[in-house]
Amino acid sequence: MADLIETRNLVKVYNSGDVKVVALDEISLTIDAGGLVAVMGPSGSGKSTFMNILGCLDKPTTGKYFLEGIDMGNLDRDQLAHIRNRKIGFVFQTFNLLARTSALENVELPLIYSGVPAGKRREMAMDALHSVGLSGREDHYPNQLSGGEQQRVAIARALVNSSAIILADEPTGNLDSKSSHEIISIFQRLNIEKGITVIIVTHEPDVAAFTRRNIIFRDGKVAEDKIAQKNTSA
Amino acid sequence: MLDVSARALWRIGCSSFNMFFLSSLKIAFRAIRVHRMRSALTMLGIIIGVGTVIIIINAGSGAKSQIAKQIAGIGSNLLMVFPGSTSSGGVRMGAGTKPTLTISDAEAMKEACPSVKFVAPTWGGNAHLVFGNENWSTVVTGTIPDMFQIRNWPLAFGSLFNQRDINTAAKVCILGQTVVENLFGDIDPIGQVIRINKIPFTIIGVLDKKGSSPRGRDQDDRIYVPFSTAQKRLFSTHIPGLVRTIMVQAKSLELMFEAEKEINALLMQRHHIQSGQEKDFTVRNLTEIMNIAQKTANIMSVLLLTIAMISLVVGGIGIMNIMLVSVTERTREIGIRMAVGGRSKDILMQFLIEAIILSLFGGLLGMVLGITACKVIAAVIKWPIPISWEALLLAFVFTGAIGVFFGFYPANKASKLNPIDALRYE
Repeated sequence: MADLIETRNLVKVYNSGDVKVVALDEISLTIDAGGLVAVMGPSGSGKSTFMNILGCLDKPTTGKYFLEGIDMGNLDRDQLAHIRNRKIGFVFQTFNLLARTSALENVELPLIYSGVPAGKRREMAMDALHSVGLSGREDHYPNQLSGGEQQRVAIARALVNSSAIILADEPTGNLDSKSSHEIISIFQRLNIEKGITVIIVTHEPDVAAFTRRNIIFRDGKVAEDKIAQKNTSA
Repeated sequence: MLDVSARALWRIGCSSFNMFFLSSLKIAFRAIRVHRMRSALTMLGIIIGVGTVIIIINAGSGAKSQIAKQIAGIGSNLLMVFPGSTSSGGVRMGAGTKPTLTISDAEAMKEACPSVKFVAPTWGGNAHLVFGNENWSTVVTGTIPDMFQIRNWPLAFGSLFNQRDINTAAKVCILGQTVVENLFGDIDPIGQVIRINKIPFTIIGVLDKKGSSPRGRDQDDRIYVPFSTAQKRLFSTHIPGLVRTIMVQAKSLELMFEAEKEINALLMQRHHIQSGQEKDFTVRNLTEIMNIAQKTANIMSVLLLTIAMISLVVGGIGIMNIMLVSVTERTREIGIRMAVGGRSKDILMQFLIEAIILSLFGGLLGMVLGITACKVIAAVIKWPIPISWEALLLAFVFTGAIGVFFGFYPANKASKLNPIDALRYE
């Protein structure tokens, strides 16, 4: 199989008033299927912008992004929504679960948009919750769950539709160290057991230590791209 | 390999639609439940609008059928011919004060006017009635049996007077229901003898109940006698054959103006009146007058309906307003939905369904309010107000349309949000 992700000369420029901010400056890199990658760098270095483009939530100003060999620049809104639905799972720093909606319904959300029938949807969502260790919590609302549990619901939502890629933007930023450790170990397990490509944006070296590749951004450029000699097992 | 062709996406769209619709319904109800007060206030505009529409349509049609009933009651296609006014020293005394119309005018109309179906002269006055130890005063009218045809007024019991009664000025009479109630109580009046101004009369018939006239007069407080009897025995005239009014029924509604013209021409010729001279008679088109009343009622309904429609539109704007607030509040939710694969049309549908539910729910409550109000009004004014199901259906469809119309803009706004901006929205 070809590279899962390939970017060629990605540029993202934000116009805030008269000031042009170059968030990404000619980023060209590839990520293999099955990778476990940490994207690091100081704030404002462009790592979140990069993740948003990888997640088809945002479009580059210039340059190309290929996912499984398909040029994402050629797709329209609905096709991009379809890609996000089928290929990509998101995990956010702020969890981004729907309030007043049970854990189960939150996990079912991507399946609603891919047209899975209700019975099957429930079954798949229960499986996903089970695989993140939340069996029995499916009827809890987000405000009844701890931060770590909420993030696990988010992970279940990201993997319920058998996504090839999980994009996690500072997934442990709002968590204590114990919960962080749990979350990272789930990512590691999913990567190894299911072969899901996991890309984690983080500025915590502890988190990065669990990954096999560290891409470090600085001022919109890739400053360093290193393969970890040995990675810690969570 | 990933299939993002239009056909593949369309297939997914179709298969997901039903389930999506159900979950949209669920989401909409949840959103409405969470903001109970806000939703109730938003719906209030629709509730009042729909309620008013229901009241106006139903009460309006109730009023119209009431008027139609009265038109049928005074007689269909009815023209009344009155004698002209006298003037003494330049003061004109009003229609009917000058004795100018005679029974031969009436007979001539029947023969010479092709648009005329029935002609009935009347002559009468007030009289005092005595039966046993009861007595009563009322209007006694002399006429011919055609009058009952013209006025659409059947007998309850007995029979009408015949040609022989008219020829011989027979002392027979037909009573209205009010007179029967006042003089007879439970006794069967047919065949009994009453005294009208001390003259004994045999009762041969009793008329059906007619109710009050459009002007509120009790039409059942009447006695009818043969025309000749009234003239010769009860209210004698110095000119033989003088009549108070001539009732005329035209052959059809369309022929009423024709009949009016023919009568005018005939009477002007018979009374030797040149065109341009003042006429010594008046022809009144009663159906026309009632039609004007009906038209007035229609215009009122249309005006009120317009106001109700405006309040519905205002209610719709309320929905649009609250949906815009809702879209703004839930920007992050929209972002999440887009991130996990919600397409523009999914988001559009979700908010559109919410707006439609708000307005339809308001519409249903409005219908309940409207129907209740109609029942109350009907009970108070004692008019039957039939509830028209067509009006209810119309109101339902209309509120649905309002939901779509006013919900579209906010829903469209939501669906056009940029996923990343929506996700980052604080």
